[in-house]
Amino acid sequence: MRTLPVGDRALLVEVASGEEAQALHAELVRRRAEGSLSVREIVPAARTVLLDGLADPARLAAELTASEVPPAPPRAREVIELPVRYDGPDLADVAAHWGVSPEEVARVHAGTEFTVAFCGFAPGFGYLTGLPAPYDDVPRRATPRTAVPAGSVGLAGPYTGVYPRSSPGGWQLIGTTDAVLWDHARVPAALLSPGTRVRFVRST
Amino acid sequence: MTDRALSVVRAGALTTVQDRGRPGHAHLGVPRSGALDGPAAGLANRLVGNRPEAAVLETTLNGCVLRPRSAVTVAVTGAPCRITVDGRPAAWGAPVDVPAGALLTVGTAVSGLRSYVAVSGGIAVEPVLGSRSTDLLSGLGPPPLTDGAVLPLGTPQPLRTRVDTAPQPAPPSELVLRVTPGPRADWFTPEAVRAFTSRTFQVSSASNRIGLRTEGPALERARPGELPSEGMVLGAVQVPPNGRPVVFLADHPTTGGYPVIAVVRETDLPGAAQAVPGTPVRFVEVQRR
Repeated sequence: MRTLPVGDRALLVEVASGEEAQALHAELVRRRAEGSLSVREIVPAARTVLLDGLADPARLAAELTASEVPPAPPRAREVIELPVRYDGPDLADVAAHWGVSPEEVARVHAGTEFTVAFCGFAPGFGYLTGLPAPYDDVPRRATPRTAVPAGSVGLAGPYTGVYPRSSPGGWQLIGTTDAVLWDHARVPAALLSPGTRVRFVRST
Repeated sequence: MTDRALSVVRAGALTTVQDRGRPGHAHLGVPRSGALDGPAAGLANRLVGNRPEAAVLETTLNGCVLRPRSAVTVAVTGAPCRITVDGRPAAWGAPVDVPAGALLTVGTAVSGLRSYVAVSGGIAVEPVLGSRSTDLLSGLGPPPLTDGAVLPLGTPQPLRTRVDTAPQPAPPSELVLRVTPGPRADWFTPEAVRAFTSRTFQVSSASNRIGLRTEGPALERARPGELPSEGMVLGAVQVPPNGRPVVFLADHPTTGGYPVIAVVRETDLPGAAQAVPGTPVRFVEVQRR
């Protein structure tokens, strides 16, 4: 674990893997809930967790490097199920990259339990991990699309994501869901947040 | 509709509703947003007796024209500009009483970039995640003003802390931004790090509420490859592949994949909000506190 100061009030904690980042995030959220950590934002990402709005980042850095983070994040009880049709325009390209049939892409994807590693890019957009090797390395499209429809299910690198609203994007689109990923009139607004477990369930 | 409302006669180049933003949701990909020049927005609210969290209008360069449907008190702060009520000159940086149906013209900024228009009672559009701010990155909050739009107003508070005048900083002729080294300063060559704090950059016309873009020397990376996405803070100075530093402002993305060479002290960001394109920018390294 490495701590990097960010300005006067933030700390970036860097760890060795995505799993460690998820574990650290879960631990920091737990500490905030029990009242032992006062912080405005806890932002997990691929290999880091950012803590922003700290009174004394240097003191927390010393505390964190001296403490142990539980190796695995506690599992969320609930699994969110997202209905999906595997009808994306890049399904054949992903199948070719994986060296399997399009039907096998759908079978692998729908057979995987994902975890939301972190969010970003747009409100409610989660970066979901869980695809096993060798399926966890999908190149982005050479030319990003100027408009990806809301509900598109895409793959990029080790991640799966669902576009909460129409936006430009370079992920390989393999399917479509009718689930509403983001609705600011709903509580909570985001269907997915860091740590959420997710399954894609085939719909016809 | 009640008569507690404001008609937008001319929206201007970019006028948005802003308050203190929606911090606390970065982990969901929600930018903080909020007025870029927070002290100016806060002063405008004080001048009309609003609470500090009331929503105001943030104009960009060429002001806006408004017609309140009921008598209101307004105050314009931030970028200095000419103000008229039904064609008669009125004071900038002070409370101005506007009769029902009168035409309030907030003119083009004489210097600086963004003026703040507070109206007694505050702009009362529906909040999203606790804030009425327009977020231009993610599209949360009300859309930017358009000609003919009507904005609801809140009920004025009994004047509690109204002030009649207050000093305001002049928009910068040169922008000096104090910085501390960023988490990825080691991604740049020693020459690039030196150039960053010794050379002069200029504010680019491609700047917006997401970031203050700069033109000037390109900063060279010491290492190839990509940085996995990581959390970003307000004031982070990100350096994209073209080598030109971008200072993240209120609508910045919550995560990013370009290395952060430095972080601007938060108290210097209101000045960045008022720096017009072409303004010289210097980054000065200071001690972390």
